[in-house]
Amino acid sequence: MRAELQIIQDWIEPDSRVLDLGCGDGSFLASLKREKQVFDCGLDLDTENIQKCLEAGVNVIEQDLDKGLGNFSDNSFDTVLLAQTLQAVQNPDVLVEEMLRIGKNCIITFPNFAYWRYRFYLLTKGRMPVSRHIPFEWYDTPNIHFCTIRDFDALCAERNIKILNRIVVDEQYRPSSLMNFNQNFFGINAIYHITR
Amino acid sequence: MPNPFPVDSVGLVKPQLIHFDEPLVLRSGKTINAYDLMVECYGELNTDKSNAILICHALSGDHHAAGYHSAEDEKPGWWDVCIGPGKAFDTDKFFIVCLNNLGGCAGSTGPVSINPATGKPYGPDFPIVTVRDWVNSQARLADYLGIEQWAAVIGGSLGGMQVLRWAISYPERLRHAVVIAAAPRLSAQNIAFNEVARQSITSDPDFHQGHYYEHGTYPKKGLTLARMIGHITYLSESAMREKFGKDSLTGGNFGRDLRTGKLNFGFDVDFQVESYLQYKGETFSSNFDANTYLLITKTLDYFDPAVDYDGDFSKAFSKGNCKFLVMSFSSDWRFPPERSREIVNSLLKAKRQVSYLEIQSDGGHDAFLLNEPRYIKALSAYLSVVAGESDVQSTKGHRHAG
Repeated sequence: MRAELQIIQDWIEPDSRVLDLGCGDGSFLASLKREKQVFDCGLDLDTENIQKCLEAGVNVIEQDLDKGLGNFSDNSFDTVLLAQTLQAVQNPDVLVEEMLRIGKNCIITFPNFAYWRYRFYLLTKGRMPVSRHIPFEWYDTPNIHFCTIRDFDALCAERNIKILNRIVVDEQYRPSSLMNFNQNFFGINAIYHITR
Repeated sequence: MPNPFPVDSVGLVKPQLIHFDEPLVLRSGKTINAYDLMVECYGELNTDKSNAILICHALSGDHHAAGYHSAEDEKPGWWDVCIGPGKAFDTDKFFIVCLNNLGGCAGSTGPVSINPATGKPYGPDFPIVTVRDWVNSQARLADYLGIEQWAAVIGGSLGGMQVLRWAISYPERLRHAVVIAAAPRLSAQNIAFNEVARQSITSDPDFHQGHYYEHGTYPKKGLTLARMIGHITYLSESAMREKFGKDSLTGGNFGRDLRTGKLNFGFDVDFQVESYLQYKGETFSSNFDANTYLLITKTLDYFDPAVDYDGDFSKAFSKGNCKFLVMSFSSDWRFPPERSREIVNSLLKAKRQVSYLEIQSDGGHDAFLLNEPRYIKALSAYLSVVAGESDVQSTKGHRHAG
């Protein structure tokens, strides 16, 4: 997670306004405040996370992403961030559209379900993949909308979403050379920088 | 002599009456030429005066927010759960100021005070004061204390409305605004309850058009009734069930505990909730002034900062840099979470820094006065960050001084 945030950090302008959807304990926003003097706003639902945000002096709003973002105005943030949460929301496409409405640009990261180990797991065991990275059984997983890199590319093409940058990483969070060969096969996590 | 007070209490406190000579022009157009404010302070003001917190009270509150006035006091001040050494509003770090608002009945100039023009109590002739007027008078108190900028202004309910008004009227004079269980304006239902309360006071034969002091009496029945109605709106249904239905072993009885164990088949008290409300109402009526109650319900009804901004509450926050912490309680049906979210959304629209928490609680509106663990923890965390900033300010101040 830390490595992913290191990559994202480079895409965020100093002194910009950053909205972090599912901001967790606020450590990323805290680091952005320190390093880039951003205007921070985090959304989360978990009471422990919210408490940690307050302790870190990070602005946090208790709000359910599945209930919409209608309270945020058009273009009110420079960057809207959604890290490792896309697959856990009710309507991922609606959320992406909302992010593009609120932010001038958006950063979305998600686990690539077409990663070769997951393919192999499904092929050989015939059961939903469970791993260190997605440690849930099918019935209790918060991840209700898994997608692949190819799926997300298709969504972007269909909705006229411009991909500014895309980094696909391996288990060590490195964009290794294998990635050049087939990102959708060898990549475990995708990091997209998009705009409209 | 052993200390009779808990270790985390501010202990024995003494209010002070501060006189203000400069006339205060009110929202209504009327003027109060001179007035007194009853004030209580806890903790120490640091050298550069950067660690001051203003606490704003709600309808029935006053300046006595923490500690005890005598060793015999049964109860501490109304927000003692939050104010004290090591508590959320830590008196080891902050200098905390609380006052009885203008128009109140706990020592500040109000309807019970003598009107210099007539030599008699103001009574119903005391001008209606609005939240804006209160905040103007509080700003003068800040001037008097030499506090240019509050580290934080904090309040719940009507107190939260004063905090909002501070951020609007004096955006440069506070660094943090903590708004708890408040609303951007009252709803028709809120006003309706206030009107029933007012009618019950004014229709009491002992009210005498507000001049009851001269008759050596007060509208006890009316004020009791007004408080009973108010009290119902401060509690949640679940809080009442819990309070008045302790036999949950049998599956609970919806809070229908009987006072004497049997029905009386008459119009006197049958249920615990009835005697509780009557007791609360009567105790309140003997300690609170009816004219002040009338006045403050109007203050509530009139609160609506958006009117000066084409009805757009967010425009009220276009100036200033203070950060906001907004909190609501799930079972509050007087100012429910949606009302707090209105505040938050206006602040977001105004591109202000805001945090928002919706605390799960059965405590109803009054939860803001209770020891709700998540609520208190959140306040502590937020205020300890505020304290850290005051330290920075303080060091900067010393450097300048040196």
